Amino acid sequence: MMLRGLWRLTWLETKIFLREPLGAIGSLAIPVVLYIGLGRTVGRRLPHAPPAVSDFVYIGAPVLAAVLIAMSAVLSLITIISIYREGGILKRLRATPLRPRTILTAHVLVKLGFTVVTLILMVLAGKRYYPADLHFPVIGFTIALLIATWSILSMGFLIASFVPTARFAQPIGAVILYPMIALSGLFFPIDTLPPALQTVARLLPLTYVVSLLGGILRGDAWSAHVRDVAALALVFAVCTALSAKVFRWE
Amino acid sequence: MTTPVIEVSGFRKTYGSTVAVDDVSFEVRNGEIFGLIGPNGAGKTTTMECVEGLRTRDRGAISVLGLDPIRDVYQLQQRIGVQLQQAQLQKRIKVWEAVDLWTSLYRKPASDGDWLLAQLGLAEKRNAWFMTLSGGQKQRLFIVLALINDPELVFLDELTTGLDPQARHAIWDLVRGIRARGKTVFLTTHLMEEAERLCDRVAIIEHGRIVDIDTPERLVVRHCPERTVVLATADPAAEDRFRAIPRVDSVWRQDARVTIRGSGDDFVTAVIQCLSESRIHVTDFRTVHPTLEDVFLRLTGHSIRD
Repeated sequence: MMLRGLWRLTWLETKIFLREPLGAIGSLAIPVVLYIGLGRTVGRRLPHAPPAVSDFVYIGAPVLAAVLIAMSAVLSLITIISIYREGGILKRLRATPLRPRTILTAHVLVKLGFTVVTLILMVLAGKRYYPADLHFPVIGFTIALLIATWSILSMGFLIASFVPTARFAQPIGAVILYPMIALSGLFFPIDTLPPALQTVARLLPLTYVVSLLGGILRGDAWSAHVRDVAALALVFAVCTALSAKVFRWE
Repeated sequence: MTTPVIEVSGFRKTYGSTVAVDDVSFEVRNGEIFGLIGPNGAGKTTTMECVEGLRTRDRGAISVLGLDPIRDVYQLQQRIGVQLQQAQLQKRIKVWEAVDLWTSLYRKPASDGDWLLAQLGLAEKRNAWFMTLSGGQKQRLFIVLALINDPELVFLDELTTGLDPQARHAIWDLVRGIRARGKTVFLTTHLMEEAERLCDRVAIIEHGRIVDIDTPERLVVRHCPERTVVLATADPAAEDRFRAIPRVDSVWRQDARVTIRGSGDDFVTAVIQCLSESRIHVTDFRTVHPTLEDVFLRLTGHSIRD
């Protein structure tokens, strides 16, 4: 009975999200366009590129695009939750036999669904510009991205608990989430950072996201990334437990 | 008298250091429309939401259909219908999708969603997005959703706030229709006219406390026993004659119009008798009845709109 209405609500929220032109286009199109842009500018010159550049294109670009997909999913979640709370929609749904966690799980499922769709679009669109020998472990990478998104979506609920009004949802979310990218190891290896920043980086969930995604892309075995998955599971557990205490329905 | 559908006794709710509702007790009987009336911020919604199981209470006993609204909330939700104050649905949810979702959530959706939509005049709006509905249409959709599980008890919180008079009258008819189907209605309103026209019994709540409970008629008789007769006459001697009527409190004239205030069940009869005995020629005659509005003013010392 706990799942009563979950699939129906998930499907409904998916349709509703697609009816919002800006939200749907923004979260689907931006990572895809970014990835294609990178592919067009550097992809075709790849055989002659220095190793650092080719590493960025092979590994860095897809990981960055994937991280952006996850980020936009989280930002979109924060915005939707704030709007739903402000409009009394959350409260209205809660005054039905829907369990509170069913209502929130439906949103997580919608976001994970769009994450997969965006990733697939990105891979298909990028094919033209990247060398044919570029091996892309689609299934492994998708699973890794789902784990990452699932984990930081739980941060989204926590952030949504503190957002005062829907107007501030997007900026507050962005200010909290995007700086994490700088320290995530995507642009500078963690080892080269000053010790203090290294500690900060190790506390940020995005660091483990980047390590996991990059590793899977390089062809690592999953067993080499148990630490990353465990860290992300811990983030999920902590954020979910905190959200359960501080989440505001109205 | 059958057992009450809702029983509340010694109920108290605080938000931080603010006492929202204190020592509230009342019962709602089977098949009646019961109204909780009072100004904004009096504690109406807090009381209703605690009865619905949406909020926890600090103290007191609440029983709804024999269930505890907090402990048995999921059982209760199957049997009640709820319309919340200022609630919205997703902007781009279609009317039929909302009805479909709600229908799927209840164990026994006894009502047919499309039939209810037609009953409430929303059949043509089946495919419309929620955001495109007018205020009245949204409220009617919320009534449809509140009735989808054929509930025994329906909660309506400030149902007609923000609607124009025409839409309001239409909604009142619908609420009477709910009662006609044998259901119990518990509503809140700050509109005295709404309470007077719709409710079988009302509880007046002010600063989180219930001031009095009864039928609108009996509240008026109890708290505002005075009667007022307004008539028009050119007779210059009329005023003195009226002052001689027993139990007259005041008489004053403004041009041809004379207003006579007094009390007692036979006061109006006495005025008519005086007119006939003194052969006073009147061109207009009406009685002014005190309303719940006056009761509220009397009980709280201020108008409900202040």
